[in-house]
Amino acid sequence: MSKKPERIFVKGNEAIARGALAAKCKCFFGYPITPQNDIPEFMSSEMIKAGGDFVQAESEVAAANMLLGAGAAGVRAMTSSSSPGMSLKQEAISYMAGSEIPAVVVNMNRGGPGLGDIGPAQGDYYQSTRGGGHGDYRHFTLGPGTVQEAYDLTIRAFDIAFKHRTPVLILGDAILGQMKEPITPWTPENVDEEGGRDWAITGRDNGREKRLIKSLFLEEGALAGQNQHLQAKYDSWKDLAEAEQFETEDADLIVCAYGSIGRIAKSAVRKFRAEGKKVGLFRPITLYPFPSDDLLALAKQGKRFLTIEHNLGQMVDDVRLAIRTVADSDFYAIYPGNLPTPDELEEPILNCLEGK
Amino acid sequence: MSEMNEKLVFDRPESVIDRATHYCPGCHHGIAHRLIGELLDEMNLAEKTLMTTSIGCSVFLYNYLNVDAVEAPHGRAPAVATGVKRSRPDHFVFTYQGDGDLASIGMAEIMHAANRGEKMCVVFVNNTVYGMTGGQMAPTTLIGQRTTTTPAGRCQTHEGAPIRMTEIIASLGGVAFAARGALNTVANIKKAKKYLKKAFEFQLNNTGFGFVELLSGCPTNWKMTPLAANERITNEMIPYFPLGVYKDVSEEGGVC
Ligand SMILES: Cc1ncc(C[n+]2csc(CCOP(=O)(O)OP(=O)(O)O)c2C)c(N)n1
Ligand code: SF4
Repeated sequence: MSKKPERIFVKGNEAIARGALAAKCKCFFGYPITPQNDIPEFMSSEMIKAGGDFVQAESEVAAANMLLGAGAAGVRAMTSSSSPGMSLKQEAISYMAGSEIPAVVVNMNRGGPGLGDIGPAQGDYYQSTRGGGHGDYRHFTLGPGTVQEAYDLTIRAFDIAFKHRTPVLILGDAILGQMKEPITPWTPENVDEEGGRDWAITGRDNGREKRLIKSLFLEEGALAGQNQHLQAKYDSWKDLAEAEQFETEDADLIVCAYGSIGRIAKSAVRKFRAEGKKVGLFRPITLYPFPSDDLLALAKQGKRFLTIEHNLGQMVDDVRLAIRTVADSDFYAIYPGNLPTPDELEEPILNCLEGK
Repeated sequence: MSEMNEKLVFDRPESVIDRATHYCPGCHHGIAHRLIGELLDEMNLAEKTLMTTSIGCSVFLYNYLNVDAVEAPHGRAPAVATGVKRSRPDHFVFTYQGDGDLASIGMAEIMHAANRGEKMCVVFVNNTVYGMTGGQMAPTTLIGQRTTTTPAGRCQTHEGAPIRMTEIIASLGGVAFAARGALNTVANIKKAKKYLKKAFEFQLNNTGFGFVELLSGCPTNWKMTPLAANERITNEMIPYFPLGVYKDVSEEGGVC
């Protein structure tokens, strides 16, 4: 008889921390901010037990720069924060993008702007998908919708970061971080813990040529070359775009929503389906690269679209860009500061379905 | 001339790359680079060194030293180096920072890395001015010193007093060694090298944080000849920033 896989009951925050450990993350750099404190708290003991290191930095600025250092040294490392802290990390993230340093950064989005509140929101979508710091750059952005997915995508984030030499962002929110669910943890096989061996700064062992990790390119044309290289890399990610499609095949109306809102919208869609109403859900899992092609394919089938976000309209831009040649999308905003329920989403979906 | 008549007394350290300098004539960054290069050779460290460079005139340090390097954002070198050292603890890690970089934008990062006792070294080049951006006031600019942003001279009631970093760093737990040297005379350069060596050794012994401030000249932004700049260090800087060892735990008995 085969052994039943272990099930554990954990918060989204803890799932991310456990996912990072399973992915052989070796260093964690944190700074407290609600609603993600469970991650550094978990890491402060577990990372050390796993033979790695944990530093509570003096600020998010420092934590992100520690991450930059660890990534440059070719080591799997992570930091986590929430919205105001993410703004502070953007300087280092821009440098990491420019210097092609792999790292995993978690943002459990809270309400903003400014100090906002400590409740869930999706107001950091632009910042997360446009490159929140200075310069022309993007990074991979993953938007988990369940606690299990938070675990799974964290493991994937490390692989993507090292394969493509890029910071990878996991964009959750206060709902995902604080919600407890049973998950099945797993350990990836053949993790390449020394993935940066051929480019990282590891010391000129055996007299090899020195290596330099930098984002300064002053010679005429050099920065243009680097930007060209970066953009080609971002373009190549197009094929890695991913979305969950739920009941989309025969749907008249597609609800587009991601993360926690995607999950809440799924409950609403289920209810409509039970009533025989032809509604489907399109939930982007990679927020950058955005799964535009899949969405366009649906638009070409003549479907209508409603984007629902826990902000005042950000991802809807990407939805519209994807389908602009054939369709448009309506938009329903859940104001940051309010906690949405599936019931709340029913009316806007119904209105849209009935063409009101 | 026969070979017999020539005796090589001074050569380029192996860790220093053979290339033309971008520094202004009389700038002391080059001397500081050379001292580090000599020590990397003498202590056989080049192959295990991971250098964190910073922002300022010295941003191109990585073009001169033949070691692996990562470039840090302005002021953040101590945090970047913390990440480097924590992930590769067996390596020799140092940062190289100017006064604007370390004592202004990077004040938090240097204080906390020192206080945590990160097992790394910081070389702090204090030329009392922002060199690279064209001679603005630095936290170390002396009272009365004219800069492009203190055209009438730094005034204590308006701009505050010049910050003495070595004294502050020496007061923090986690610091194994803190000293201030100068690069304006041969005697001072020799002493500065001793300080650097000591700081490097403390890291190799895994004792704690090593900090060496080097009073340096910026003839360009001081609008002085290199020789006058050297004299200014003796006459104006050293009286305010006294030279010497401010902390040495081998004399006090350990950090942690
Ligand atoms: C975030 C940020 N702010 C400002 C600058 C512009 N900047 C470049 S070098 C420098 C000052 C460097 O002065 P210092 O550290 O004293 O070094 P020096 O040039 O004198 O060697 C500044 C402000 C920058 N690169 N990044
Ligand atoms: S500006 Fe000053 S610090 Fe910069 S290279 Fe010239 S002399 Fe040196």
